[in-house]
Amino acid sequence: MEQLNELKIATTVETDNHTWFRAARVEDFPANGGACVKYGDQQIAVFNFTRRNEWYACQNLCPHKMQMALSRGMIGSQEGEPKVACPFHKKTFSLRNGQCLNAEEQNITVYPVRIENGFVYIGVAKP
Amino acid sequence: MKRVVVVGNGMVGYKFCEKLRNRTSDHELIIYGEEPRPAYDRVHLSSYFSGKTADDLLMAPASWYQENNVTLFTGELVTEIDRKHKTIRTHTGKTDHYDYLVLATGSSAFVPSIEGAERDGVFVYRTIEDLNQIMSYGKKIKKAAVMGGGLLGLEAAKALIDLGLETHVVEFAQRLMPRQLDDAGAAILAYKLSQLGIAINTGKSTSKIEGNGKLEALYFTDGTVLPVEMLVISAGIRPRDEVAKSCGLNVHARGGVIVDDSLRTSDENIFAIGEVAVHNNMVYGLVAPGYDMAECVVREIVGETPKLFTGYDMSTKLKLIGVDVGSFGDVFGDTPGSIPIAFQDKRNGVYKRINISADGKYLLGGILVGDAAQYNLFHQMVVNKMPLPAQPESLIIGTPGKAAEGAGVKSLPGTAQICSCENVCKDDLVTQITEKGVKTIQELKKNTKACTGCGGCTPMVNDILKITLESMGFKVKKNLCEHFDYTRQELYDIIRVKGIKDYEALLNSHGKGDGCEVCKPAVASLLASIWNELISEQDTIQDTNDRFLANIQRGGTYSVVPRIAGGEITPAKLMAIGRIAEKYNLYTKITGGQRIDMFGARVDQLPDIWQELIAEGFESGHAYGKALRTVKSCVGSTWCRFGVQDSVSFAIFVEDRYKGLRAPHKLKGAVSGCIRECAEAQSKDFGIIATEKGWNLYVCGNGGSHPQHAKLLVSDVDTDTCVKLIDRFLMFYIRTADPLTRTATWLNKMEGGLEYLRDVIVNDSLGIGEDLEKEMQGLIDNYQCEWKKVVETPELRARFRHFVNDESADETLSFVDMRGQKCPPDWNTKTTR
Ligand code: SRM
Ligand SMILES: Cc1cc2nc3c(=O)[nH]c(=O)nc-3n(C[C@H](O)[C@H](O)[C@H](O)COP(=O)(O)OP(=O)(O)OC[C@H]3O[C@@H](n4cnc5c(N)ncnc54)[C@H](O)[C@@H]3O)c2cc1C
Ligand code: SF4
Ligand code: FES
Repeated sequence: MEQLNELKIATTVETDNHTWFRAARVEDFPANGGACVKYGDQQIAVFNFTRRNEWYACQNLCPHKMQMALSRGMIGSQEGEPKVACPFHKKTFSLRNGQCLNAEEQNITVYPVRIENGFVYIGVAKP
Repeated sequence: MKRVVVVGNGMVGYKFCEKLRNRTSDHELIIYGEEPRPAYDRVHLSSYFSGKTADDLLMAPASWYQENNVTLFTGELVTEIDRKHKTIRTHTGKTDHYDYLVLATGSSAFVPSIEGAERDGVFVYRTIEDLNQIMSYGKKIKKAAVMGGGLLGLEAAKALIDLGLETHVVEFAQRLMPRQLDDAGAAILAYKLSQLGIAINTGKSTSKIEGNGKLEALYFTDGTVLPVEMLVISAGIRPRDEVAKSCGLNVHARGGVIVDDSLRTSDENIFAIGEVAVHNNMVYGLVAPGYDMAECVVREIVGETPKLFTGYDMSTKLKLIGVDVGSFGDVFGDTPGSIPIAFQDKRNGVYKRINISADGKYLLGGILVGDAAQYNLFHQMVVNKMPLPAQPESLIIGTPGKAAEGAGVKSLPGTAQICSCENVCKDDLVTQITEKGVKTIQELKKNTKACTGCGGCTPMVNDILKITLESMGFKVKKNLCEHFDYTRQELYDIIRVKGIKDYEALLNSHGKGDGCEVCKPAVASLLASIWNELISEQDTIQDTNDRFLANIQRGGTYSVVPRIAGGEITPAKLMAIGRIAEKYNLYTKITGGQRIDMFGARVDQLPDIWQELIAEGFESGHAYGKALRTVKSCVGSTWCRFGVQDSVSFAIFVEDRYKGLRAPHKLKGAVSGCIRECAEAQSKDFGIIATEKGWNLYVCGNGGSHPQHAKLLVSDVDTDTCVKLIDRFLMFYIRTADPLTRTATWLNKMEGGLEYLRDVIVNDSLGIGEDLEKEMQGLIDNYQCEWKKVVETPELRARFRHFVNDESADETLSFVDMRGQKCPPDWNTKTTR
């Protein structure tokens, strides 16, 4: 955690398992909603659960019809499990572990999120 | 450890593995399948045409086999069985040893020996590969035929229609579905299918498949000719008994491996199950009996109390085709002394026939065409020998509605089989609810697998859940979702009375958890209906269409639909649309709602496009919202020689009055200038038809998948009265309908029906008329164009971008050319990024 203080200047930080990159400012994300972040060629959906004071991130690609859409989905919970519903056909995915909650689709990749000094950082697993 | 080898990884072979592994992990289990992919759901094969992918259809992913210690070989055809040494051999030369061998090789489509059957353009309908070929060939041609008017043939015909082809069905017998329907039922079915655009040719025996290399025409024995470019043969099935035959097992003269009640073949270590098995001279071409056979063999192999296979009921319900058809039990009344009772309604395309026993006590079987809602209940009445009511004809005349069906489920015995695919009986479901604490349909499905096969039992399972919960003293309420213990109507009152203005406040005071994709848009719609404030203020509780004020399309771009009230537009505005569409490279199309849709806009382009449209005098068309869509018009008395009133002016007036009005579902209207009804007003939520004396107002009509004509509410009223009544009607609907319920469905469920509605709206029986009018006026006064607000407000505008951390657009978007305009690529062929 110590090293995160340096984040004011660095846009990425390496930890043991993750590369943490600075995505955007907290205010850039809608309350209780999501937005899409570009990381190289990757698109990552980031969600601000203002109610729970929690953040989640996952792949932006919906595995159902391979659409870059999850960041535009509605968020919510199913028995406490934070989830997102794809805007196309409302397939829902857990944001904690990426599992498809309708058990009809492949699971999705989720990423850890940290908030430091008003910035949102996303951890991408090192290869 | 015993080694069990299964030949054929189809639906039944897979089910066998699943059932064996549910029992024991003691046996080695190896399965060989000829097809390139693991077993898939053949029953729902046709949904491949409507968007399902091959992966969607898999019975279980490849990882399932691994996790359950089942060795799967795909693309391996078993060609030899050496019974003496108990070994098998595949076409690639693989050999294996077995203690038990299970043949689940299914069947193949039967292709009659007709001259020319080998021509290009002749297909069968059995595997995913067949469908791929049909789809790609279908793209090149216009006219196709299906040989065979049975269950599968009609399903294939529907698929061809979905491919956009002119479709013919050729049937040898004098009627369609000769094994399931009688003449009267088949005639109604033929009529309904012809309305779907399928041409029916019965009593046709094909003599020759003609063409120069590829198919060009079918010749019939009666001398007639049908020119077509593609033929799908669906003339029955032939069990795949090749390997069984060559190793000397007993096979039936008409094909199939002969088995006894334990599904043993003439070799005691070899079993046959599914469509390849012949039991008692019968081949069962359905999954349920196949699954039942699998169960018997599993029990035999693990040494449980044996279960014998004693035949299976062949009742069937046709799915997918858009016309309900069911036949059950003794379909044709072959039981001596049986009495048929039939009900026929040609106008609505409904035919119902029941055969009752000579003593009038039992239902033996019957046929349902056009309305098969009672299929499950009737079927269970037959299987369980339930006593008939004193007037058995009451079962089929009149519409016995939901209540009757619920009561029917109540009287079923505990052993009644509800889900035939997974063999779940009523008691299994009830026990889950009473003893395992199950309260939702999802949990019931998960725990029992009911509804997961063909899905036909879902209504009954729902009824059982409801009735059982009620009998336990639970109040079964139509709660919105797990976050609100209220119905939509209750929430409507709460929001109004407490003056709640936003979702978060409502969730804090009356809900729990974080909300979800069900309650958020429902509450958003309520808030909009009650306060008519801008929906963009609370954008993240809106469906994506409402959030971005545009309809999301395949590929992730959006469409833009400006309002063109009544369908009237000036040449200058037409040119403006043309110019803007050209500038942003948008695909344009005239919609079914008499206006123009521009497709393919990126999310970041939307505000720019709207800025230009607004500058040209356009407003949002709310094509994205559960809101007023269009009020269509015909030209009426201004130009038309028959018109008796100015329908265009009235349509424009009405559309402008209710524009932006949010409701439980979308709302559509139309105004016709005379009784010829060119604006199709009787298919709208509110439709107005001009008369010599004024206007006739119709309400609660609907197009869509269950079209319903609107009902006449009042006749010959003047313009002011007409508008007043529409105000009241719409407001009453907004106040009381369930979420996502169109006016037609709302009326269908309304106690007292049209009479009651007329009492409330026209006679003001509840004394709320003035209230409703006032409320409507409030909403009308509050109207603003949502797009104008966005275009003018920088913070709102800033939300229309793809990335928060980058200005670039989504580079994964791609388009193909279609007749000179752009289109998104077909998403069914795109499997990976
Ligand atoms: C664009 C259009 C087709 C066209 O190219 O002509 C269309 C397109 C869609 N219709 Fe429609 N409908 C269109 C006219 C109609 C009509 C004809 C009419 O309005 O006279 C009907 C039958 C009349 C009726 O609604 O009763 C119609 C009955 C439906 C239904 C079935 C509604 C029902 O109650 O059963 C749906 C599904 C739904 O809303 O749940 C639907 C849903 C849709 C959706 C919203 C599907 C979706 O969620 O993506 C389509 C998206 C439109 C878009 O992206 O812009 N559309 N749709 C038409 C737009 C009209 C307009 O100017 O706004
Ligand atoms: C379009 C369509 C719609 C249908 N709709 C319904 C419906 O609504 N309701 C219903 O109950 N039934 C329906 N059916 C029928 C149902 O699909 C079959 O009854 C069921 O698939 C039979 O299962 P099976 O395992 O016996 O045969 P199959 O599913 O045909 O599986 C047999 C498998 O064995 C393979 N095989 C054959 N020989 C060998 C060999 N020597 N070595 C290795 N592999 C081999 C085959 O390639 C095939 O994959 C439908 C069928 C079709 C085609
Ligand atoms: S426009 Fe309407 S009918 Fe056409 S595909 Fe879309 S929803 Fe179906
Ligand atoms: S594309 Fe996401 S649910 Fe269909």
